[in-house]
Amino acid sequence: MLEHEISVQDSGNVSGKLHKKRGGVQKVLREMMRDKYLYLLAIPGILYFILFKYVPMYGILIAFQDFSPYLGFSASPWVGFEHFSRLFTEDAFWVLLRNTLAISSLNLLLFFPLPIVLSLLLNELKNQFYKRTIQSLVYLPHFLSWVIIASLTLMLFGKTDGVVNYFLNLLGFESIDVLTNPKAFWFLLTGQSIWKEVGWGTIIFLAAIAGVNTELYEAVKIDGANRFKQVWHVTLPAIRNVIVILLILRLGVVLEVGFEQVFLMYNGAVSDVAEIFDTYVYRVGIQQGQFSYSTAVGLFKSVVGLVLVVVSNKLSKRFGEEGLY
Amino acid sequence: MKISVGEKIFNVANVVILGLTAIAALFPIYYVVIVSFTAPAEFVRKTIVLWPETWSLVSYRYLLSAPPFMRAIGVSSFLAVVGTICSLLISSSFAYSLSRNKFKGRKTILMFVLFTILFSPGIIPNYLLVKELGLINSLWAVILVSLTSGWYVILMKGFYESIPDALVEAAAIDGCNDISAWVKIVLPLSLPSIAAFGLFFAVSNWNQFFNALLYLNDAGKWPIQVLLQNMLIDSSASSLGDADPLIKPPPSTQLKMAAVVIAIAPIVCVYPLVQKHFAKGVMIGSVKG
Repeated sequence: MLEHEISVQDSGNVSGKLHKKRGGVQKVLREMMRDKYLYLLAIPGILYFILFKYVPMYGILIAFQDFSPYLGFSASPWVGFEHFSRLFTEDAFWVLLRNTLAISSLNLLLFFPLPIVLSLLLNELKNQFYKRTIQSLVYLPHFLSWVIIASLTLMLFGKTDGVVNYFLNLLGFESIDVLTNPKAFWFLLTGQSIWKEVGWGTIIFLAAIAGVNTELYEAVKIDGANRFKQVWHVTLPAIRNVIVILLILRLGVVLEVGFEQVFLMYNGAVSDVAEIFDTYVYRVGIQQGQFSYSTAVGLFKSVVGLVLVVVSNKLSKRFGEEGLY
Repeated sequence: MKISVGEKIFNVANVVILGLTAIAALFPIYYVVIVSFTAPAEFVRKTIVLWPETWSLVSYRYLLSAPPFMRAIGVSSFLAVVGTICSLLISSSFAYSLSRNKFKGRKTILMFVLFTILFSPGIIPNYLLVKELGLINSLWAVILVSLTSGWYVILMKGFYESIPDALVEAAAIDGCNDISAWVKIVLPLSLPSIAAFGLFFAVSNWNQFFNALLYLNDAGKWPIQVLLQNMLIDSSASSLGDADPLIKPPPSTQLKMAAVVIAIAPIVCVYPLVQKHFAKGVMIGSVKG
């Protein structure tokens, strides 16, 4: 039904130039009948997107209700923006915002430059076999689940039985506690992200570096540039656009901090620094059953996220680059 | 060509730095493997084992004799196989139809698909939908909510666009309709890419944690990731239930490590296959996903 209606509208623009409108509609209908199997192929996908992507968007309306599962959607009373004013006056809101922004900023500051550095170093390797081996090894953690990574973290950094503290003691240092230390928590998350994604992050930069014209290197070599200067004057300018775009796009998802990662590392000792929007929604919504309020919290995050992505995409296009869409 | 001393030093330093990076990426995995294969007595005595004196399979034997663990492996395998097949069917059929120019209104539908990437309704509306559909505690909830995403459809559509219309039209002359042309001509041609997408779906289904946590309350339906998380919180390893009483239970740390190794193993096995396809279009996913 959907594509039928759309195509009728569409026909006015496309075929309208060649035919009178009525003839155009008939032609389109004839073509659609001819290609009916193609439309049939799209139906499961369309139904899926309607049911699992757009029906929940309609469900957002409960953020403006006092939704009760017993009354149902139609009988629950409407309360306007009450849940939103509750969110903004609650202390928790500022804690959530602070934690989310802190984790995101640390990621941007400490994680973001690393794949660039790593890909530059990889590019300088002479031995291709060694290069490919290193690449294969550093890509691997990307495919591991956060549960696995949490397990590895607990095992490595356990206070008494962790292998990191074992080595620290061996070298004469005191044991460190990063798992239950609020001061270390954000850094712990950043470290996990670096371990998991730094290798994977090089793919885009390596592709950009591979696209650099080799004659440019020859040219600066003749001018007497050493390896460092070649990187500085040829490689870096060549990937500068990619860096700028990725940076902008990252700013667009600054509120997106992985639920699974934070949820799995969460413990009582770090609760104050570990609560982010998604974990809060999970706790208040799913565990305490405050459906309307938690939907409002989620909606706030989604709307701000949407605005940020659209703005960052505009910025990215202003730099003359392909955006996210 | 003459190589300066500074350059030689850099070359060596670079090889060393990258080697250490690779070791850092690998060491945690190496360590869990070692601990899981160490004899319990030795592990209890040393707590840190970098290379065991006595190797032992007892942690694995114990784990594999525990019904909850085997069930979790079964659930995850089911998700990985059935979920991946369903994901491939729906994503590739949808993406293929949207890739054909003669599809009227494809631009509008693509806009609707794209919007689902930019705006998410959040956890609760999805949860309430699954609840309304009566799918709480059903594995189908986990499969259905992550069946496909706007990204996959758009990525696959981009791939299908490289298949020329002329090819499909030639098939039409031979009496194929759009569906049979897709099945007989297009799918076989795009098998390597389909396989790459399939492996990505399979890995993410095997790694399913959040959706399972959200929708499956019944411990009997937990996939491996949720069971593993419970083993981590619960140091007594009681979530394993009644394992083989003839085996003396190894330390819970070793059991956890063995479980981690089993959860990683399938990924490491398919990894070389996935890796081969990095260059082919999946790169876009790494940037935009």
